[in-house]
Amino acid sequence: MFITKLVEIFNEYKGEKGAVIPILQKVQDKLGYLSQEVISEIAKFSRMSETEVFGVASFYAQFRFTRCGDHVIRVCLGTACHVSGGERILDEVTRELGVSPGETTEDYKFSLERVACLGCCALAPVMVVDKTVYTKMKLPKVRGVLQTYGENK
Amino acid sequence: MGKINRTSKKRYIVHVCLGTGCISGGSLNIYKSLKQQVDSLKIKNVLINFTGCHGFCQRGPIVDIEPGGIFYSEVKEEDVTDIVQQHLKKGKFVDRLFYRHPSTGETIPCSRDIPFYSRQQRIILRNCGHINPENIGDYLAVGGYESLKKVLTEMTPEQVISEISSSGLRGRGGAGFLTGLKWDLCHRSPGNEKYIICNADEGDPGAFMDRSILEADPHSVLEGMLIGAYAIGANQGYIYCRAEYPLALERLRIALRQMEEHGFLGNDILGSGFNFHIKIKEGAGAFVCGEETALIASIEGKRGMPRTRPPFPAISGLWGKPTIINNVKTLASVPVIIAKGSNWYSGIGTEKSKGTVVFALTGKIANSGLVEVPMGIELRELIYEIGGGISGGRKFKAAQTGGPSGGCLPASMLNLPIDYESLADAGSIMGSGGMIVMDEDTCVVDIARYFLIFTQAESCGKCVPCRVGTRQMLIILERITKGDGVPGDVELLERLANTVKLGSLCGLGQTAPNPVLTTIRYFRSEYEEHINNKRCPALVCKELISFYILPEKCKGCRICFKNCPVGAISGGKKLIHVINHERCIKCGTCFDVCPKRFSAVVKVSGKQIKVPEKPIPISK
Ligand SMILES: Cc1cc2nc3c(=O)[nH]c(=O)nc-3n(C[C@H](O)[C@H](O)[C@H](O)COP(=O)(O)O)c2cc1C
Ligand code: FES
Repeated sequence: MFITKLVEIFNEYKGEKGAVIPILQKVQDKLGYLSQEVISEIAKFSRMSETEVFGVASFYAQFRFTRCGDHVIRVCLGTACHVSGGERILDEVTRELGVSPGETTEDYKFSLERVACLGCCALAPVMVVDKTVYTKMKLPKVRGVLQTYGENK
Repeated sequence: MGKINRTSKKRYIVHVCLGTGCISGGSLNIYKSLKQQVDSLKIKNVLINFTGCHGFCQRGPIVDIEPGGIFYSEVKEEDVTDIVQQHLKKGKFVDRLFYRHPSTGETIPCSRDIPFYSRQQRIILRNCGHINPENIGDYLAVGGYESLKKVLTEMTPEQVISEISSSGLRGRGGAGFLTGLKWDLCHRSPGNEKYIICNADEGDPGAFMDRSILEADPHSVLEGMLIGAYAIGANQGYIYCRAEYPLALERLRIALRQMEEHGFLGNDILGSGFNFHIKIKEGAGAFVCGEETALIASIEGKRGMPRTRPPFPAISGLWGKPTIINNVKTLASVPVIIAKGSNWYSGIGTEKSKGTVVFALTGKIANSGLVEVPMGIELRELIYEIGGGISGGRKFKAAQTGGPSGGCLPASMLNLPIDYESLADAGSIMGSGGMIVMDEDTCVVDIARYFLIFTQAESCGKCVPCRVGTRQMLIILERITKGDGVPGDVELLERLANTVKLGSLCGLGQTAPNPVLTTIRYFRSEYEEHINNKRCPALVCKELISFYILPEKCKGCRICFKNCPVGAISGGKKLIHVINHERCIKCGTCFDVCPKRFSAVVKVSGKQIKVPEKPIPISK
């Protein structure tokens, strides 16, 4: 149950000032996203209102409030990737999956996100699927990359 | 360049780069395979080690072998056998893996002779690429923690501050505030609960200096932090690092553990009575949290919104206590200054900008990567000598420094000496070290729009001119790039820009208009071309360009036909292909895939080309 997982995390942060962000990070790491119930538990533990917790969480791009796909695709739109055609790569992924950045495919196979710089600018344009980095991307390569993941699950 | 004494015991030390760039090129497998082959062949006296980023990411994966600093670039897993059989077993170099000078074609075996390296002066990056970041022993062997010992045993906090002050060190996070002065302010603030924070949020999208340093040499930063803590009287430190940097975070954690084991962290450090603890805080993805007061709010568990200064954090910062925030590179400079003295440091650079500056050189440049040069170097030397010029032999158009807060420097400024003051005069800022090089194929209006998309989304929303003004500016830029710009738009942009600059509390809003203002200042005619003639001279803005297949060049090979993602090309074997402009999404695939020997696809803006309406047979 998610409650036991939450309690475990809460125990690590007992008595620590301002720990709500690390708690949110750990919880999302364990549960994938922050549901309303989870936010309400975190609020109780942190002695904050639910609105306050949601206010903090929604400020930061890292936090998700809906379930995400089995594979997370991140297309870099940092400056170096932008000048080397990152936007075209993102367009192509969007077209292939039929979802916009920030969305998840209906079958929960893929979530698509845009990020600003993954630190491999010298190898731009870059996209990452889960933890695998694909560098020097070209439009015709996109479909192939997606297919490797489409078949696994 | 730091030499490790222990090298003498081994015949060869092999350094495989395990920085983020090289790892994505497959260096982890190269490392494993080298270890495995050396083990299974029982070659003695060879140490297979790994390092962080060497800086020359463009040529990765990189394998460097001591002695001699033999530099193998673009290594593949298949090359490992040759490296082992030839170099490590027989002492013969694998020439084909040497770096080749792009214009002369000459092979250069040693990294120190490659122009990319030979013109650099590496102080902040002194250990990057030379030591194993996960082994404190490597750091100790190059004199690591000696400065800390010196400070704790021989110097008072006042002496440390005075040494840093006279070195002239300025903050490398962007604003360039004098570090000694800041430390002194905090030192003299009353209270015995003080904090020091390392700003590793590196928000500039397109820069990776801080990340590479943390991945390659975390101990230098941590040692600098300890020295700073001692100087101001802090017992608790925080490292605020982006969560998007998993490898940097992991190496920091390892480094902290090893520091504790060696007595560099905790209570009574090295028997001096000085106590210091460090916690890592992961950023949660908000650019504005790189700003110091927002960063503090974020550590306190709040929304990362900046507040007015004064009071400055040095007086009232984290939990209302005196707090010093320094950038990764600022802190990494501190141990060397203590070791070599302020006189040595202040001898490098220009009158007001001392020391060196690290740039993440990217974009349309031949040698992308991490470079460190003395302040005052000319832009031209950086771009052409170190960077190897523009890739593909194209023409230099502009270099953008300071990321979304900075501006672009056009070709007429190639002689500009790079330091805080000259960059500010040119309308840009030094920033924290991102430098994006643009060529003729980069549209400056598109770049301005790109940065505004970023700052507009990252504005925390507190100040109306920043929240609404950046949005308005973006709307105008978008209509210009779509061909809907109207006369007067440029003047309107300038007016809005000044309002946003004046009416914003923090650096985000104050600098967000810079990319727009500098591109207008240096490339006004390009804006006017978009607005008046609906033409994008760089052929970038999608709505203003069209693709055509030239009938006299098309060979009917069907490659574009097969690759078009939306089926907008009609044609067939031995037929001249035709693009349906209604359907075309201008992705440029046909342009990219058309074989170079045909070059039948062209991209144009502001004109039409006469082509057949339907596919017709190729005339011989
Ligand atoms: C919007 C904004 C973003 C910033 N991002 C960073 C950053 O990513 N890294 C950094 O070191 N400083 C950043 N700064 C500057 C910090 O506020 C602060 O000046 C700096 O960390 C001080 O360290 P220094 O004196 O060593 O430069 C940013 C400032 C602003 C206004
Ligand atoms: S801009 Fe894409 S990796 Fe840096």
